[in-house]
Amino acid sequence: MGIFDRLFGKRPSSRDVAKERLQLVLIYDRAGLSPELLDTLRDEIVDVLSRYIEIERDGIELHLAQEGREAMLVANIPFRGRVKKTPSSHVQE
Amino acid sequence: MAGTVITITSGKGGVGKTTTTANLAAALALLGHSVVAIDADIGLRNLDVVMGLENRIVYDIVDVVEGRCRLRQALIRDKRLPELHLLPAAQTRDKSAVSPRQMAEICDALRPHFDYVLVDSPAGIEQGFRNAIAGADRVLIVTTPEVSAVRDADRIIGLLEAAEKGPLALILNRVKPDMVRRGDMLDVSDVLEILAIDLIGIVPDDDSIIVSTNRGTPVVFDERQPSARAFLNIARRLRGEQIPFEPLREEGLIDRLLKFMRS
Repeated sequence: MGIFDRLFGKRPSSRDVAKERLQLVLIYDRAGLSPELLDTLRDEIVDVLSRYIEIERDGIELHLAQEGREAMLVANIPFRGRVKKTPSSHVQE
Repeated sequence: MAGTVITITSGKGGVGKTTTTANLAAALALLGHSVVAIDADIGLRNLDVVMGLENRIVYDIVDVVEGRCRLRQALIRDKRLPELHLLPAAQTRDKSAVSPRQMAEICDALRPHFDYVLVDSPAGIEQGFRNAIAGADRVLIVTTPEVSAVRDADRIIGLLEAAEKGPLALILNRVKPDMVRRGDMLDVSDVLEILAIDLIGIVPDDDSIIVSTNRGTPVVFDERQPSARAFLNIARRLRGEQIPFEPLREEGLIDRLLKFMRS
């Protein structure tokens, strides 16, 4: 890539791109977690939580993060109203 | 005092494991230690040619395991450095000819007689790799600043941690300072941040490696070469010396001119 592109901030350097791509792919490599499995995991977590709270399914964020060589599952789950005192036995639709 | 068994591995092939093993073995011998280098890449042996000892092989590691010779008989002594030895791999067999337990036994048998036993691991994560780490007291992971090599190094580190092998340390090989400066190569700091393990050496990309491999003379014999200094520094760190990591020098016009006149 040309020096001018970089001077004018058009494209990040290939070094930065490599680092970012590696960091992302390694998080999933290390955990042995595929994007498909992550989707299944999200659905099941939501199903269980739905027994206690009313969840906005579209607002859910679930991803893996990294601290050193330790992986973290980070979830951001917005919900409406109050937590139910007694969990409903069936899953919210 | 019993020696230390150090395995050199990488995951990805072609990143410089064998060159690193040959040079660290020679560097440790130059520093006055007794060393044996084991080629654990059965079926694809190469440490012998990189060390320049290919014409002197009589027995190999499979002959030892299968009882056709004693361990001592299979060791080749390097005439340039009498404290340097090679235990060659078999070329006509495959990885299954030696088990991890047998490899650990060979390391244990060599440990009392040498200061350092270096094991050159094959690429991959299969039995050859498991053999190579079976007897290790410590493991060096070689990688280059490329996404594929770093990804494979990460996989290897995960496997080594799961196997509770350690301590682990990283050698970053074939660094091109000018490319790093231009923003077109991962820097040491990037790779360390990603892999989160200790660093033991940074080896610059160096054409003299190819020349030395052509001749079968490890590059550490010529201390003027930048990679030779890097390997000697790693050898010193292995024996516990505190050697600071110098920033790699870019090749200037004068360096290129000198190199041209020498060649």
